[in-house]
Amino acid sequence: MLLVRRLLLLLAVFALFACNKKESASTSAGGSEPSSGTKDVSLTGAGATFPYPLYSKWMSEYNKLNPNVKINYQSIGSGGGIRQVVAGTVDFGASDAPMKPEEAKGAPGKLLHIPTTIGAVVVTYNLEGVTQNLKLTPGVLSGIFLGEIKKWNDAKIGSLNPGVNLPAKDIAVVYRSDGSGTTAVFTDYLAAVSPAWKTTVGTGKSVKWPVGLGAKGNEGVTGQVKSTPGSIGYIELAYATQNKLPTAEIQNNAGKFVAPSLEAVSAAAAGVEMPPELHVSIVNAGGDAAYPIASYTYLLVYEDAKDRTKGEALAKFLWWATHDGQKFASALDYAPLPPTVVQKIEARLKTLKSGSKVLLTGM
Amino acid sequence: MTVNAEVPLVRSESGWFSRLGAAGNLGDWLFRRITALNALLVIVLIGAMAYEMTVASSLSLKEFGFGFITSTVWDPVRQIFGALPFIYGTVVSSLLALLIAVPISIGIAIYLSELAPAAVRAVLGPLVELLAAVPSVVYGLWGVFALAPWLRESVEPLLQAAFGFLPLFQGPHQGFGLLAGGIVLAIMILPTISSVAREVLRAVPMSLREGALALGATRWETVRTAVLPYALSGLIGAIILGLGRALGETMAITMVIGNRAEISASLFAPSYTMASVIANEFTEATEELYLAALAEIGLLLFVVTVVLNVVARLLVWRVGRMPSGGRL
Repeated sequence: MLLVRRLLLLLAVFALFACNKKESASTSAGGSEPSSGTKDVSLTGAGATFPYPLYSKWMSEYNKLNPNVKINYQSIGSGGGIRQVVAGTVDFGASDAPMKPEEAKGAPGKLLHIPTTIGAVVVTYNLEGVTQNLKLTPGVLSGIFLGEIKKWNDAKIGSLNPGVNLPAKDIAVVYRSDGSGTTAVFTDYLAAVSPAWKTTVGTGKSVKWPVGLGAKGNEGVTGQVKSTPGSIGYIELAYATQNKLPTAEIQNNAGKFVAPSLEAVSAAAAGVEMPPELHVSIVNAGGDAAYPIASYTYLLVYEDAKDRTKGEALAKFLWWATHDGQKFASALDYAPLPPTVVQKIEARLKTLKSGSKVLLTGM
Repeated sequence: MTVNAEVPLVRSESGWFSRLGAAGNLGDWLFRRITALNALLVIVLIGAMAYEMTVASSLSLKEFGFGFITSTVWDPVRQIFGALPFIYGTVVSSLLALLIAVPISIGIAIYLSELAPAAVRAVLGPLVELLAAVPSVVYGLWGVFALAPWLRESVEPLLQAAFGFLPLFQGPHQGFGLLAGGIVLAIMILPTISSVAREVLRAVPMSLREGALALGATRWETVRTAVLPYALSGLIGAIILGLGRALGETMAITMVIGNRAEISASLFAPSYTMASVIANEFTEATEELYLAALAEIGLLLFVVTVVLNVVARLLVWRVGRMPSGGRL
């Protein structure tokens, strides 16, 4: 009796095992066989935190349209994204600032930048009783962050904002303590408009700030500015819009004071010619309506995909994201790409290949 | 027949293989080996961590050498790195935390072990331990929204008015800075120090207390002359454990300390700790030298923490070995 029971148990376990094996065989991800369109493909990406809400929306929408393609994105920061894509642990990377040549060293192939959307950095402040937007010129803004302009009622700020009751308080500067693309864009702008900033501080995701306190993340800067009277800080546009924070109007290259908005950001992008390498700085852009502190954010992909199926799925996703995906951008406070840039991206995506065969056909 | 200190569970002393077969002893043999392996694993882990940290920071060790510890410049754009501002921030915030927390937690420990009625002890004891259970991010949030504004509006102006002649209390005050960091750390290490101190005080033999009381000492005199001297090394061990916790604290302190790599004499000034700079800048650091410099700061922190913990363990262990009435 005992023997029979044991044999039956063994048989049951074996049957279970066999069933499992059959299931897993039919759902295995694509190998290097030619794509059939119905094979399950799983892509992974990592990088910048700034565009994460938009990428997250894109990936879920794309999955609804193409249920066999699953894309996973980890927002670990631009630096991490670059490191992972160079090391080959993810299929694509994401970065706010373009890669520096030394960062691309060690990559097993050529990495391309594909612009996906445009973001902006706004200057926010905490001044009791001041409800209207402050107007600031590049000189005054860099003076504040350099520590040269120390008080709110300084004549330089007062002359730009007549009629605004500026208190005799010290300006408490707040910057990002963590390395971030937001800092990279903001310091890029300050370096472009202030030679003093360019020589003493420079541009980067982390810099040595002349004055101020550091707070972690957009949330940290917002929290600190909100709770410290007389403070000024810089945050992402999406953040300021959603939290209804006061923002400064910055004088742009054409001399006009522009409030930050998606239209102003798109105007900035339209005012700068996109070079063939598909990455460019658009701070201090020309044009009357351009907001001066804006930047593209990029996805980093290999020109030559190792795995044809994955490469094709990624190329198709990028095509969708830069065309149909753009309509999701404004609702999430990101500016859509200008049509001229999309055309250039199309031409570049058509050069993506795996081995000798081009990935996108029939587009 | 000799009696072994180690109870002979195997019958013969010949090779390990023969011991395998000893009937009924395989379990014990395995038990001893596996638990020894677990203990060894911890040591191997620490060694591996130290080794990996050294390898990761080799570029920075080569580039800056000893000057890394004395340089005050932390410039990621120019790729010049120095750890002194972080060492200063870490040490000063931890010392400030100790200064605030030690009297309070030793007081709590003495009260709970010597003076409190059993009912009070049963309630207060767990409540103090509860402080240790609060996540450090919560402390940080409390610091940002409650402590810093309060310091900025009420405490720091008062301190500046009363003690403004001292460089410690000069300069602009934002609420965020070394003082806020020290206070938050003090609250976080309070339960650590007080619970270890309570254990140490409980280990003091009752006979010492009874002897002192019999000689006519008051409660305070008993504690001062009989209990504390005996427990002193253990209390110092508890303090050092608290210090170890303060040195490594990251999240709470980075939210209130101001994150500015500058050395200033004032307690109101913002500062930066070793743990905070690693947490803040590591994910976005792409240059090799930058990463190596951050790894070297991690190595410095690791070394300091390990050394302090070893010293603490030795001190706390001594109290168990002291003959009764022994002093340090």
